[in-house]
Amino acid sequence: MNKTHDNRAWFFVLPVVALVAFNAIIPLMTVVNYSVQETFGDNVFFWAGVTWFEQVLQSQRFHNALGRQLIFTFTILAIEIPLGVAIALAMPRKGPWVPVCLVLMALPLLIPWNVVGAMWNIFALPDIGLLGRSLNALGFNYNFTRQPGDAWFTLILMDVWHWTSLVVLLAYAGLVSIPDAYYQAARIDGASSFAIFRYIQLPKMKRVLTIAVLLRFMDSFMIYTELSVLTGGGPGNATTLLSIDLVKIALGQFDLGPAAAMSLIYFLIILLLSWVFYTLMMRNEQQ
Amino acid sequence: MARIVLDALRHAYGPAPASDGDWALKRLDLEWEDGGAYALLGPSGCGKTTLLSIISGLLRPTEGRVLFDGEDVTALPPDRRHIAQVFQFPVVYDTMTVYDNLAFPLRNRGVAEPEVDARVREIAGMIDLTHMLGRRAAGLTADGKQKISLGRGLVRSDVNAIMFDEPLTVIDPHLKWQLRSKLKELHQRVRTTMIYVTHDQTEALTFADKVVVMNQGEVVQIGTPVELFERPQHTFVGHFIGSPGMNVLPCEIAGGKAVVAGTPVADCPPAAATGSGRLEVGVRPEFVRFAPEGGGEGLPARVVKVSDAGRFSIVEAQAQGHRVKLLVPEGVAIPGESALLRFDPDRTAVYRDGWIVN
Repeated sequence: MNKTHDNRAWFFVLPVVALVAFNAIIPLMTVVNYSVQETFGDNVFFWAGVTWFEQVLQSQRFHNALGRQLIFTFTILAIEIPLGVAIALAMPRKGPWVPVCLVLMALPLLIPWNVVGAMWNIFALPDIGLLGRSLNALGFNYNFTRQPGDAWFTLILMDVWHWTSLVVLLAYAGLVSIPDAYYQAARIDGASSFAIFRYIQLPKMKRVLTIAVLLRFMDSFMIYTELSVLTGGGPGNATTLLSIDLVKIALGQFDLGPAAAMSLIYFLIILLLSWVFYTLMMRNEQQ
Repeated sequence: MARIVLDALRHAYGPAPASDGDWALKRLDLEWEDGGAYALLGPSGCGKTTLLSIISGLLRPTEGRVLFDGEDVTALPPDRRHIAQVFQFPVVYDTMTVYDNLAFPLRNRGVAEPEVDARVREIAGMIDLTHMLGRRAAGLTADGKQKISLGRGLVRSDVNAIMFDEPLTVIDPHLKWQLRSKLKELHQRVRTTMIYVTHDQTEALTFADKVVVMNQGEVVQIGTPVELFERPQHTFVGHFIGSPGMNVLPCEIAGGKAVVAGTPVADCPPAAATGSGRLEVGVRPEFVRFAPEGGGEGLPARVVKVSDAGRFSIVEAQAQGHRVKLLVPEGVAIPGESALLRFDPDRTAVYRDGWIVN
């Protein structure tokens, strides 16, 4: 095949390159800039090489935050994906209830993130919150501001409440795109409802579920707003996930070098894990 | 294997059907002989897919019964009726191999694995898929996928009937013919009742021993392809089958003859002379001829259009405000402006309100 070479094409790409440069590459480069230098303010910089990277990678504090982050992300994925699929399966495909269900599902997604955090904070307060008071009234010793276990429970519950809808909507979109003929053929072939799920619904939902897993992975790995309003990383450091820790280092301690190095490592971890997820879930598509 | 009887069947999709138009299927009594190859032919929306779904059990009729070998199966679900269906768009289980696709209906019914293997290989041989058994079904072309759908019906030894719902819609034209002859060949081999739904007359007429023509929720004629062509029971059949379709002209009865625009064109059965209703005379373009020059009587007409279709020409003539089409074989002279048309008396019929008068 003969390909046409025409360098004028570059002119058409250039505006996009400029745009991406301004909103992504240049800010990122300032982070790179900080990550390899030491500064004492007044725009005086000293070359620091990979010192900050070594420091971050070897720091116990970073390991702990990363560990908590991984536990959080995989826990909410393990809950939200199956739960989202289950709810999508239970939703009606036709009839007057469809729009009602869809709106109800979309509701949590429409609430500003800091409001979600504030809502759950008040909802879970042991003395005045509905959830907190009810749990204590039922005999549970629940206090998410003091006890790490309770803080985690509340955090995960909040994320599940806030984001399962996204998985539901994506899975539902996948489900309604399956033509009736598939279900009819399965009935004729005598398939059980599990077989229908396993061989028709799940394969047809695969692409949207891949997107759901990727979105939920990335978003949960970067969770900041709701978390900072709900627990602020506490009690102690119990719910200090990567983003909270990063903000503490960058803005609390003003250690710009280590914070920049940590940002880059953080970014690379998300990139790497997203790639791994995508490759694993799509590996059979090419055959 | 079973003889399928539809007894006083009616179906409406909406609740509480009141008027005639609410019924997707108006009253239907039909018998499908065991081992026959049937086609269900009709325009889109005539109720043929509804009828198919009722037979296969995907839909429960509003009224009437479905009998398989005398047993009432109206309330039974599809898997208990032992029928198979091939859909308009190929349905395959994407994640499975071709082999597993074919084995699926058997495994669901708990058939032992050695028997599954034997059946799958036998059927794969019949439908030329043996060399693809290990491939993933998702990677096959549309005709390959349709073969898998068909294969899933054939593997089961207990199948009463196989239904086809416009199965060639998505197949490339040059493969359609191939798949159609394959189907015919398979029918002769397995002798399972096959019901083939289509709106394509070529498909229906080449596949079936008997064609059921439907229109607006009613069966208008059941017959062999030859009967449908030579003696349409309803003007709809005349229009729908044949290319171009039958000429239908309003007529009167006078002196035992059917008269079109003052010219007697055909003998008329005595029954047509009595009773009321809209009378029409129908004749296929194949059976209309030009009267020889100066050869006496005929329907005066003016030739308005000649289309050459290869071995014959399609001639359109205007006769007293009515349009008549003729098929004129190659080599026969076509008169100029004015001509006389003659209808073959054996092939011309009189219709009252659309239905033939005998």
